[in-house]
Amino acid sequence: MSLLYSDLQEELRGSVRALLADRCPPSAVLARVETDTPYDLDLWRALTTEIGVAGLLIPESLGGAGATPGEAAVVLEELGRSCAPVPYLTSSVLATTLLLRSGTPAAEKLLADLASGASTAAVAVSLATSPYDVKSSGVTVTADGLTGTVTGVAGAEPADVVLVPADGKIHAVTDFTVHTQVSLDQTRPIATIELDSARSTRIAPDTEPLTYALSRTAALLASEQVGVAEWCFDTTLAYVKERKQFARPIGSYQAIKHRLADLWLDIAKARATARNAAEDDPDEITIAVAQAWTSPVTVHAAEECVQLHGGIGMTWEHPAHLYLKRAKADSIALGTQGDHQDTLAKAANIPATPHGTGH
Amino acid sequence: MEVRDRVRAFLDEHDPSAMSRTEFLGARFDAGLAWVHFPQGLGGLGASREQQGVVEQLLAGTPGPDGRQGIGLGMAAPTILAFGTEEQKKRYLRPLWTGEEIWCQLFSEPGAGSDLAGLATRAVRDGDDWIVDGQKVWTSGAHYADWAILVTRTDPDVPKHQGLTYFICDMHAGGVEVRPLRQITGEAEFNEVFLTGVRLGDELRLGKVGEGWRVAQTTLMNERVAIGGGRTERGGGIIAPVLQTWRDHPELRTHDLHRRLLSLWVEAEATRLAGARLREQLTAGVPGPEGSAIKLAFSKLNQELSGLEVELRREDGLTYGDWTFRRSDEVAMFSRDAGYRYLRAKGNSIEGGTSEILRNIVSERVLGLPQEQRADKDVPWKDLPR
Repeated sequence: MSLLYSDLQEELRGSVRALLADRCPPSAVLARVETDTPYDLDLWRALTTEIGVAGLLIPESLGGAGATPGEAAVVLEELGRSCAPVPYLTSSVLATTLLLRSGTPAAEKLLADLASGASTAAVAVSLATSPYDVKSSGVTVTADGLTGTVTGVAGAEPADVVLVPADGKIHAVTDFTVHTQVSLDQTRPIATIELDSARSTRIAPDTEPLTYALSRTAALLASEQVGVAEWCFDTTLAYVKERKQFARPIGSYQAIKHRLADLWLDIAKARATARNAAEDDPDEITIAVAQAWTSPVTVHAAEECVQLHGGIGMTWEHPAHLYLKRAKADSIALGTQGDHQDTLAKAANIPATPHGTGH
Repeated sequence: MEVRDRVRAFLDEHDPSAMSRTEFLGARFDAGLAWVHFPQGLGGLGASREQQGVVEQLLAGTPGPDGRQGIGLGMAAPTILAFGTEEQKKRYLRPLWTGEEIWCQLFSEPGAGSDLAGLATRAVRDGDDWIVDGQKVWTSGAHYADWAILVTRTDPDVPKHQGLTYFICDMHAGGVEVRPLRQITGEAEFNEVFLTGVRLGDELRLGKVGEGWRVAQTTLMNERVAIGGGRTERGGGIIAPVLQTWRDHPELRTHDLHRRLLSLWVEAEATRLAGARLREQLTAGVPGPEGSAIKLAFSKLNQELSGLEVELRREDGLTYGDWTFRRSDEVAMFSRDAGYRYLRAKGNSIEGGTSEILRNIVSERVLGLPQEQRADKDVPWKDLPR
């Protein structure tokens, strides 16, 4: 197992980066955040039809590309670098992994539509759900259909179908209402999904595929976070070389050089953990390490970006805040640092004190 | 023939239990299996660096080099390979590899630590020889070494980086005096070395006169990789003894220590993976400034974990193994007590480049940030304030 990128992955990265440079500059992302269409569906169409990102994780037999998580991770790095407002993580990773894991005929039928990008899915759980503590939803199942409200759902606005855990099973629903919540992360807002006697199709007889998909998505989220951290770092590095105070570039002061050296090293470690978690079948420890390390490092990178840009970093017109908001939201998404550390305590045999507070 | 096949053929012909360690290592050198990326005839096969992993794997359990050879293997050998004459390579590499000759490093001085290029040990030409006078410090193993890699000032009239020359120093030569230097751990792992009128033949010079800084850079890059580049398993290395104590002593556990230990466990694993990734990148090339970064990461980790361990042990943490002043031949991070580990780890962010200097190296050579403003750049060394 290599922690480096393959030539194929670098090629894929090049295509995604070129397309994003053309269609998703920071100014366009910023302009969109206060409109009624938080997701850029033209960009999404280009990514799915020109590059085929939506079907990467789907086997060729179901119309996908049959690629590995390593390829999806590279796409996520690039989308993170651009804070691209597209439903890749929520539809092409989370919903897709859930459907693949359930493997029922109904799930496979949906996957065929997702693979081409013709259709988009979301999973009706809060983005803040920890893979280690999946609570039952407030949705009830009656003879009339599914009824209830789910809050904190990411990627709901562009979704044609939502996958709803209810009554210990997973259902696909196309008849639902979405209300966007005022969200910290403006490039991946969360929303409330309302179901009112909605008709549904059974996708899985239990919720195991949901737990599995949340865990695997957490593994790949680390790559998106690395992309976010990388943009923050590169942008800051370029700025401190150029910005002069006291007749010197501010990047010539050790107080700043040393902070950037430390940050570069932290991000190098994050990349190593994220690559490790992007292998085909990562174990629980590998995923927990990637999240527990990369989440705080990415938040730190975004915070350093704002701080080292000084006054301009605090303005709405500079895109640094979009990355800070994404970094902070990502650190809550799919388990916090503490949730992942708690899992490590069990999985790596580092037991807590036997008497609660110890002494 | 594939490297794998060569190792198998070598093992068929050489039974390690039927020969001494020195003989076995000598035969391994002659078979080109010492360091496969070195040229043929010099202990290698001219193969890629990554093939070394195959060799180590197949030869695991056979007699290998010991800790006293670390400086020779990690620093002197790559430098001799890069800058030595054919005669020097033939003369020094084989006994260095077999352990018949032990090496130490005469770099740092009382007045030249981070600012190594400011060093004052003089080498003055005398016919075909050089006469060396000066003082070196923090020299591990000087008391049992046969040879040293030595940096001297040969021209005080030019700016400091331009006036240095690199030598191989005979540690048995007249005028070499080694005195133990007691450390905060209580023992003397290092020495100070006084060089008084030491006569070295010109055939001991490594690289051109005035080229010493460039040669020393090769040594230092390799040193940082040697310090930071060890291969470990998940949960291995410096965290292993802390975990052992944690598991063996539930009564010592507190909530606060648990959270801190988990954070450090994650950091150790992230650092281990970054080291593994760096090694993958390096297999094709030579050590670059990225090695400095890994050394930086490991020294921080060693210090924080050993500090946590002493605190975790509570009353036992108030004790110390042994303060007796004595010589120690190697750094025994794992076979000693937590207090020793805590104190010894303090040296990790000083030896082989302080963490502050390493941050300068990363920020300037990896990130391309402006160099430190300096007062010593175009001034002859003899005119610098000191």
